[in-house]
Amino acid sequence: MHTGAGVEARLPIRSDMDLVWVRQHVRQAAAKLGFGLVDQTKLVTAASELARNALVHGGGGMMEASHVTAEGTDGLRLTFSDSGPGIPDLDRALSDGYTSGGGLGMGLGGARRLVHEFAVDSAPGSGTTVRVTSWVSRPSRLREDV
Amino acid sequence: MPQHETGGTPGTPAHTVRDFLLRRSEQIAQRWADEPLFRSVFTVSREEAVEAGKAVVEALAQVADSQRVEDPDAAGFTGVREQLARMGAARSRAGLSTTQVASELAALRPPVENLLIADLEEETPERQRECATALNVLMGTLRLVAMQTALSEGQELIDRQRLQLLEVATPVIKLWDGIVAVPLIGTLDSARSQVVMETLLNAVVDQHARFAILDITGVPTVDSLVAQHLMKTVAAARLMGAECVVSGIRPAIAQTIVHLGLDLGTVKTRASLADALGYCLHELGANIVNAAPAGAGRR
Repeated sequence: MHTGAGVEARLPIRSDMDLVWVRQHVRQAAAKLGFGLVDQTKLVTAASELARNALVHGGGGMMEASHVTAEGTDGLRLTFSDSGPGIPDLDRALSDGYTSGGGLGMGLGGARRLVHEFAVDSAPGSGTTVRVTSWVSRPSRLREDV
Repeated sequence: MPQHETGGTPGTPAHTVRDFLLRRSEQIAQRWADEPLFRSVFTVSREEAVEAGKAVVEALAQVADSQRVEDPDAAGFTGVREQLARMGAARSRAGLSTTQVASELAALRPPVENLLIADLEEETPERQRECATALNVLMGTLRLVAMQTALSEGQELIDRQRLQLLEVATPVIKLWDGIVAVPLIGTLDSARSQVVMETLLNAVVDQHARFAILDITGVPTVDSLVAQHLMKTVAAARLMGAECVVSGIRPAIAQTIVHLGLDLGTVKTRASLADALGYCLHELGANIVNAAPAGAGRR
């Protein structure tokens, strides 16, 4: 994993206020890497859903953001982890409309559609880790200074 | 072995410290008045700083009297808590960091300690050490009390400002007879959406509104929770006989909502506030026509 552009960060997710900070951080990091407005908005929205999941279902956790590169393309990888009860039935949790917490049931499945790569690691009792990655759709100009 | 002077019986170290504090309160307060903490807070007159210093010394003596030198909740501190908070707050406002305020508070200790050592010159080294330790603990507790109070003040301030923001950020604007609009700005978390819903529903009643426009131009992120709040508000307004229009849906937000899979089909939406107003006026039967040519003005 390559790092750079100063987007390495670990942010706590313990309150609604932290969610605001997560969104702002992701937006800034994505803008810095050269994401377009639509892609920024998608990634921020996905981050908002996943961070809220970690807060509401996982009892709080944290987000790690890192700058990744592959074949000359920049990407932003966000890892959300909590040590909550875990997801017993992942397929069901990913299906639209299924909710265990009174929401719309669109969070996890919706977040998957908003990013390029999506991976969930969860087992009952051992917490949940969701890793998402989105790539800048055009070559980034920020690579020059690396 | 030299006899303890005050009161006849040699009390505990805390009692010795108490007697010392009461005896020397004037001198201590005078020295404190020269310290940055007092000097910069009480700028009007030196007497004021000395008076404030005396109050703190007396509080310390009271705490020492109760033998609870290490207890920040000791009754003696109650009287000066507010004053300490005011001093801490004043220093914070002057731009000092918490650490700097803490070190200014720490600077109050050496002058007292020096006076104590001078006072106990004739006591045994062991007694001197015991009393100095008691004083040190007491001054540490004072510092803790001051910081505690300052921090809780800060938390209160944040809570207060958050409440203020809730109020400020949700004005309901009457656009036309029967049409009200709420421009939403910033993060729409659960607390804020509750305020929005309440103010909007009240406005619907007060203004006999048939249409309510929720403008989300200023909402940076529309995720499933925000959408849920919007839909609940719309449903509640509908129950009261008002139709809601959500406006200010930017292209990026529209695409995100589609990808997220949110179904806003039950909600009337428009791209801009102007479009939404146009729609509402049309529904009310009010037609907007361009001004007639000059000379044909209606009366």
